[in-house]
Amino acid sequence: MIEGILIGLTTALTLQNILMVMVGCFFGTIIGMLPGLGPMTAIALMIPITYGFDPATGLILMAGVYYGAVFGGSTSSILLNAPGVPGTVATSFDGYPMAQQGKAGKALAIAAWSSFAGGTLSAIYLLFMAPSLSKVSLSFRSPDYFALMILGLTAIAAFSSKGQFLKAMMMVVLGLMLASVGQDSLSDITRFTFDNMNLTDGISFVLVVMATFAMSEALTIILKRNDPTSAAKQVSLTELGSIKINKEERTKMYKTIPRSSIIGFLIGVLPGAGATIASFLAYGMERNVVNDEEKEKFGKGSVNGLSAPETANNAACSGSFVPMLTLGIPGSGTTAVMLGALLGFGVQPGPRLYMTNPEIFWSIIMSMYIGMVILLILNLPLIPYIARILAVPKNYLIPLILFFSVTGIYVMSFNNFDIYLMIGIAVVATFLRLYDFPMPPLILAFVLGGLMEENLRRSLLLSNGSWEFLWDRALTACILLTTILIVIWHVYKTMFKKTNN
Amino acid sequence: MNINTTKIISLLFFIFSAFYLYTAYQIQVFAFDENAPFNARTFPIYLGYAGLFFSGLKLVLPEPNTIKVDHKNLEYKKTAILIVIAIIYGATILKVGYFLTTSLFLFSSYYFLGERRWVLMFLLSFPFVAAFMYLLHGVLDIYLRDPFLQSIGVMG
Repeated sequence: MIEGILIGLTTALTLQNILMVMVGCFFGTIIGMLPGLGPMTAIALMIPITYGFDPATGLILMAGVYYGAVFGGSTSSILLNAPGVPGTVATSFDGYPMAQQGKAGKALAIAAWSSFAGGTLSAIYLLFMAPSLSKVSLSFRSPDYFALMILGLTAIAAFSSKGQFLKAMMMVVLGLMLASVGQDSLSDITRFTFDNMNLTDGISFVLVVMATFAMSEALTIILKRNDPTSAAKQVSLTELGSIKINKEERTKMYKTIPRSSIIGFLIGVLPGAGATIASFLAYGMERNVVNDEEKEKFGKGSVNGLSAPETANNAACSGSFVPMLTLGIPGSGTTAVMLGALLGFGVQPGPRLYMTNPEIFWSIIMSMYIGMVILLILNLPLIPYIARILAVPKNYLIPLILFFSVTGIYVMSFNNFDIYLMIGIAVVATFLRLYDFPMPPLILAFVLGGLMEENLRRSLLLSNGSWEFLWDRALTACILLTTILIVIWHVYKTMFKKTNN
Repeated sequence: MNINTTKIISLLFFIFSAFYLYTAYQIQVFAFDENAPFNARTFPIYLGYAGLFFSGLKLVLPEPNTIKVDHKNLEYKKTAILIVIAIIYGATILKVGYFLTTSLFLFSSYYFLGERRWVLMFLLSFPFVAAFMYLLHGVLDIYLRDPFLQSIGVMG
């Protein structure tokens, strides 16, 4: 492992890669601060640029964007009470009241240190857990992988949209359907191409991500007359106050950070759960464990109440890399986008990644830590100025997002059919978003579609067409049982809630 | 009568799944693969049935939280204009080239979104695209075809 860490450090600490982390963190922070535009949009916009680099550098850039976007989301939660991403909603519960009390600088500092500590601790957990899990996952067979993918898709559908399980499942099926367009991987028979040569190679992953996130996000902002930049204009450079944290506050954070980081990391590892659930759980747990006097402060600017969700959401981000790196199965929409990018580089994540491409495996883990340090050094003092950059009017921001989307697709294919297809998918996605159809399940399903078919093919061929492979092995049966439990729990929760209402 | 749009979307998805399923059954497979446990049409057929199942459930089950969208407050005109500009961009980029098409795409988007600061609009379109093009073409070595720049001798 020491050798691996050194390989990772050597790769991540080159001048070019440090520069990439810095650019990624900066760009991610700006996008993450804009309400509605989250890490997935930020990463999607970066993908075409990453293809100009080697895989390790490209992924380091994306990891920087990811952490920057999460941090940016926290900043807008604290300063504007407008969370950029759902994972930072809980941050606003105590961060915004603190800012209203004239302690915005302190709140930002607590958030930054908690994010740093949460990210660092979870990077250490990942450091130890990922190689061991990779070894364990070498014993996984096709039926287990197929069952795991079903679990991942069901879980993301259950967790991604509150009370909209069926809508999310429809999006999962739509994602799998889009993935089935093009040549069959084994027989080369074309499917759903309608004799159009442009569809023979299937629909590009970048195209789907750009259309469903970047482009449809821009169209939604125009359609709903939202102005994500308007709130940033209210940020005052003079009213942030001191960023110093006193001894009493530090003592509180020392207790909160370790327990919240464990919760965050474990929730992040679970497929479909992610930063939102982690931050809410950590916030709830923290309120239960503190004394009555501190409990009273929750919702009014509590240090523990701010530190807990911030630690947990960053820890969950690192946790979500575990299934992607060790099993090759992303647990969240964001890691699905990163998996798609990895596949675009010709790198197949999974248990063998850390043996076949150790420099990629370890450099991602190391760059996470470097990203945390850079976020702390760069962003904390620069936040008020970065927030000022956001005062760019919507009239410029939207065309620029559209520009990066269409250019991204054009430079990848030099084909105007892809531009038309992207516009078509973006229009449908915009309309679906209006009615709360979630997009992350579609992306995850699109990324997993090919792998899922491949594993189902192998399983069915090995069992001679019998579906007994689903319960022949204890591991497969356990994974499927978990999937069934998630569905039952979700149905029960929905019915119980309805009865209560 | 108040029509529930989510149900209409579910109905459209149901019809789409039925069409997908029909097309999946039409996929031509090799003769020796026809009766194999798994061939090129197996997975799409399952997907078609899954689509019918979930959209069918959404259609028949009651809708607890009806989503109401206030269409009067939606900005359809500007959205449609932006989409048309993007389509025109797609139609002209191969013939005219990256630089001019992209610059005009940005400039017209700013204009139709209501921007009137001409100098800023110009700076954030033509020079901005030129700089971006230099980054892609010159620094990252990503080839960009541009008949317009080639015709005036700027690009080789």
